[in-house]
Amino acid sequence: QTVEHGFPHQPSALGYSSFLRLMAIGTRSGAIKLYGAPGVEFMGLHEENNTVMQIHFIPDQCQLVTLLDDNSLHLWSLKQHSGASELQEEHRFTLKGPPGSPPSATQITAVLPHSSRELLYLGTESGNIFVVELPSFRVLEDRTITSEAVLQRVPEDYCNRRLCELVEALREHPKNPDQILIGYSRGLIVLWDLQNNKVTHHFLGSQQLENLYWQRDGSKFVSCHYDGSYTQWPVSSDNRQPEPLENLVPYGPFPCKAISKIYWQTTKNGLPYVIFQGGMPRASYGDRHSISVVHGSQQTAFDFTSRVIDFFIIFSSEPTAEFDDPSAMVVLAEEELVVIDLKTAGWPAVHPPYLASLHCSAITCSHHVSNIPLKLWERIISAGSKQNIHYSNMPWPIDGGSNIAPDPPQRDLLLTGHEDGTVRFWDASGVCLHLLYKLSTVRVFLTDADPNDNMNTLGEDEWPPLRKVGTFDPYSDDPRLGIQKIYLCKYSGYLAVAGTAGQVLVMELNDEDAEHVVDHAEADLLQDQEGYRWKGHEKLKTREGPVRFEAGFQPFVLVQCQPPAVVTSLALHSEWKLVAFGTSHGFGLFDHQQKRLVFVKCTLHPSDQLALEGPLSRVKSLKKSLRQSFRRIRRSRVSSRKRRGGSGNASEVQEANAKFDQDALQEMELAPVQRKIEARSAEDSFTGFVRTLYFADTFLRDSSRHCPSLWAGTNGGTVYAFCLRVPPAERRVDEPVRAEQAKEIQLMHRAPVVGILVLDGRSTPLPEPLEVAHDLSKSPDMQGSHQLLVVSEEQFKVFTLPKVSSKLKLKLTALEGCRVRKVMVANFGSCKTDDYSENDLAVLTNLGDIQIISLPFLKLQIRYPCIRKEDVSGIASCVFTKYGQGFYLISPSEFERFSLSTKWLVEPRCVVDMPEVTSNNDEHKSGVENAVRKS
Amino acid sequence: QFGAEFRRFSLDRYKPGKFEDFYKLILHIHHIANLEVMIGYADVHGDLLPINNDDNFFKAVSSAHPLLRVFIQRQDEVDYSNFGTNTLSRKKKALVTLRNDNLRRRPHINISMPHDFRPVSSIIDVDILPETHRRVRLYRHGCEKPLGFYIRDGTSVRVTPHGLEKVPGIFISRMVPGGLAESTGLLAVNDEVLEVNGIEVAGKTLDQVTDMMIANSHNLIITVKPANQRNNIIRSSRMSGSSGQSTDSTASHHSLPTSHVLQNFHPDEMESDEEADIVIEGGLEPQHIPKLHSLTSSSLSRINGSSLSHRLQRDLVLNNNSGRESNGNIHKLLSSLKTDPRHSLVIPRGGIEEDGTVITL
Repeated sequence: QTVEHGFPHQPSALGYSSFLRLMAIGTRSGAIKLYGAPGVEFMGLHEENNTVMQIHFIPDQCQLVTLLDDNSLHLWSLKQHSGASELQEEHRFTLKGPPGSPPSATQITAVLPHSSRELLYLGTESGNIFVVELPSFRVLEDRTITSEAVLQRVPEDYCNRRLCELVEALREHPKNPDQILIGYSRGLIVLWDLQNNKVTHHFLGSQQLENLYWQRDGSKFVSCHYDGSYTQWPVSSDNRQPEPLENLVPYGPFPCKAISKIYWQTTKNGLPYVIFQGGMPRASYGDRHSISVVHGSQQTAFDFTSRVIDFFIIFSSEPTAEFDDPSAMVVLAEEELVVIDLKTAGWPAVHPPYLASLHCSAITCSHHVSNIPLKLWERIISAGSKQNIHYSNMPWPIDGGSNIAPDPPQRDLLLTGHEDGTVRFWDASGVCLHLLYKLSTVRVFLTDADPNDNMNTLGEDEWPPLRKVGTFDPYSDDPRLGIQKIYLCKYSGYLAVAGTAGQVLVMELNDEDAEHVVDHAEADLLQDQEGYRWKGHEKLKTREGPVRFEAGFQPFVLVQCQPPAVVTSLALHSEWKLVAFGTSHGFGLFDHQQKRLVFVKCTLHPSDQLALEGPLSRVKSLKKSLRQSFRRIRRSRVSSRKRRGGSGNASEVQEANAKFDQDALQEMELAPVQRKIEARSAEDSFTGFVRTLYFADTFLRDSSRHCPSLWAGTNGGTVYAFCLRVPPAERRVDEPVRAEQAKEIQLMHRAPVVGILVLDGRSTPLPEPLEVAHDLSKSPDMQGSHQLLVVSEEQFKVFTLPKVSSKLKLKLTALEGCRVRKVMVANFGSCKTDDYSENDLAVLTNLGDIQIISLPFLKLQIRYPCIRKEDVSGIASCVFTKYGQGFYLISPSEFERFSLSTKWLVEPRCVVDMPEVTSNNDEHKSGVENAVRKS
Repeated sequence: QFGAEFRRFSLDRYKPGKFEDFYKLILHIHHIANLEVMIGYADVHGDLLPINNDDNFFKAVSSAHPLLRVFIQRQDEVDYSNFGTNTLSRKKKALVTLRNDNLRRRPHINISMPHDFRPVSSIIDVDILPETHRRVRLYRHGCEKPLGFYIRDGTSVRVTPHGLEKVPGIFISRMVPGGLAESTGLLAVNDEVLEVNGIEVAGKTLDQVTDMMIANSHNLIITVKPANQRNNIIRSSRMSGSSGQSTDSTASHHSLPTSHVLQNFHPDEMESDEEADIVIEGGLEPQHIPKLHSLTSSSLSRINGSSLSHRLQRDLVLNNNSGRESNGNIHKLLSSLKTDPRHSLVIPRGGIEEDGTVITL
């Protein structure tokens, strides 16, 4: 396992160091990830797996402190180790109060790393502020700031109403490190002098406090409040208890939601940037996740697609600079990271080089293509760049550290299919997975959603001035649009995409916008089978007439399977210009040159009613089982009530409840998980489900003549082989492609066929279509005898060709009790010499193990655990690359990359050097943005 | 005259009388008084069942509606395999799924002729296993009877160097009535499963063991520790010493006629007869269909065969071939009736008429 791509699942905290120019994200599962310049990534995991609540970088250090929800503090450091930096946990600490004190006494609510780098101020729920020394986490008891000490000189009538307040915010004075501003939740704010251990200023706020922010020169600060207001306070030596300068409810006058965080940034031109989170009118916009930016007369409320976890502003941190001059705003929302360029007019978003939201629509499938030719790569990038014109040109503002990993050896593409009918093309060559191009298949079809309904077409005088940002959109207009299978030919640029409602689209790369009609063909996979009724969804309606497509992959033909069941397998042969597709009913072959259906084959077993009816019947059975379990619960409740009888005092009720619990437990014990042991039979459901399709030029009929062939494997352990006659190139347009069934193999063990492969005379897998034509592969050996490898969920079997007699087998399930989930031929190169490489099978089992099995002798080479076996979606999402790497989803939004190869390894390798610290920096720098306690 | 002569006669449904009288009546009607014959009848499910005592005679008569179809066979030609539950339906499936059916099929349920047994299970490796364990092999051959059992997780107590220890184990949780596992009598609910085809299950999850068993379902060998240890095989050397245990080797309910004990049976011995994948060449229809077709049509023609040539042919078969085949004829006749619902024995109401010695349907 090498690196995680995508957006962290359930982020919970954000931190930023303007000193290191690194950003840190904590998650609810206790992971902490650091990001800097593209390629600079670090990851750490708290042993406790608890939610990370706050992250604070220690000023001018390569260190950070995290606070977890179990109230423990952790100190992490970036240390250099054999040339590369590593993130390590150094210390952990839990604040302990005096014996007998309530847990709230030490519950940490605010953390301030002092610019002296040696002290950490910890505000707690009790109102006390503890001081600990770094890095030892030793509590300096004599320096504790108790709430009693603070309240001493507060006016009597004010403090009477506000006892026992928790510390909401701690802020160090930007110019004077001996002064810290303490904000209590009920509204009291005091300026504390660390030298003399006393309060110097009192600010008597009347509203519940959310957060504080110092202005750059230290003459004023801003407080923001629960009622959606913010207040400016002056700090001067002559008035120890000043009145607020200004109190504003930006989205008043109606009740507003809290403003949970605020920035007040000065600029050269005098107009400040006021940036605050929340504050929307409660009734009409209370559900929006917004951050407002106000700069003079410009005001925009950025409306995020998911809850805002936290945000920070990147501004000039040079202590000598007079103004903040903010350049960018970085917002961590629950489902994506959004960066807004504050320097360019219109405040456009910045295209992030990493942390891409893979799941902006749920990922339904993925496909990996290794070693993309440069030409195709450039064409995809140019198509993608036309889509990205609305992004800012600003270079990525978070640029700490330097990437020292070698350049990726080749260009790899990862294609993900999504529920909303889009295919996204990701650059998967290196550590940063970033979006190159997005393809939508929606235009071909008529859907309910009007593509012109744009959320951004709000009028000028609209209030509040909301603007939608971000790409996360989990709501699919029509689940039938979902992409199920993708096949890209990297040499020809042909792309086949198949979806949930039996649609198969063949596309071609076009560098220009174009308007054309998509040809439409129907494939009736049931043929003349009678008496079947499809109860599933209907096919998608197609758009009549020519459709305008933007530059990129443009569909030119649509094959619609009937019944419109999910396409379960897809194969494209760009040299023969054929596309094969399969569903749970059968499979078909389509000639996309002549736009003609070559043949269809129904694989359905006559008794398989389930496959026919479509997904609906399964829903029914789920309903039924739910109903049954409810009934059971009700029954046992009734019986316990009966037993209770008429007299119902409390103890009896309790007894009855206990009895009920016991009964329920017993029932669970009486009906333990059990598994039926039954041989597979021809009558099982979904035996006709086509699992795999494969094109091969091999010896199907006799050993003297080879011919193109199409192979299909089903869930019931049947392999069909069709002999194809593809006319030579000069007559390709006129003569039809012909197909004839040549073989049908029924595996006796009837396990689903997951892979079919033909090995040539040298026992090398046949090359991909056009691979030989592009001189990228030796032409296959057509002299020696070919072999057929059939991989079922239970066995690997090698047969001779053309006679199909069993030659060799590996009974994986019988030996180990695991079943094959994914299989792919991988080429393993030696890391020592360039001239040695071998082909093996990379296999993922249902237990999440990865095994390497040698070819052609089917010997198990190595096995190691990779994915947890409970992680069904992880196992289902796994894709192998051609060179022994792989990806799987560790959460809906993150791919984990792993490598089985010693030669091809993509992992972050980067250095973070300590920027030089000048001595006068020490005095006046609050290099750290304090993250805020979550409201 | 066997297989060729059909007679119709009536009996009092409510007072059928004794079997002996019926037997004599049959012999009389068919003028075969000097022969030993076996009388059978087709029950409502189309199964061929014997009539050889008062009880089953009464049952046969009472189940007739309205016609009781009685089959008479020479005693020495009787193929007992045709008797029993689901005989016909099972045979029918076997014909559909297996090509070399004749080689594999052996008659079953035969009390007096052990060599005709078709094993459905065996205890093997008795000499190398501890007495408390039992290694059972379930033969599925062509038979389409479900294996029919369920397994579950549980805990088992093991003797370890540190004393007794609780360890997770896999147990048989349920038997499907009429399934192969139940019919062997060698497996029972709560037996602990120790091995599947020689691979230990210790450390494997329920799902893994399930997959292993299914992967081996064509030739499943499971080693169990029976929950009921009283029926274990006691080796002769220890026999004298054991007092509380039964010396009756496969005692009581375990000594069902379908099971027998094989010693020194190595799991790999029968590897060769397992799974042969079926390869169908060319665009042919699957081969079993024509086969079934020819079979059905020929046997149908036998029923309808009023032509002399057919009858002659049948007589030839009867005269020249062994008894097994003539029974096969009866069997085929029945199965052919079963294959087409219109010809089912259950609905002949008025569809059958007597035409001398031949019934036309």
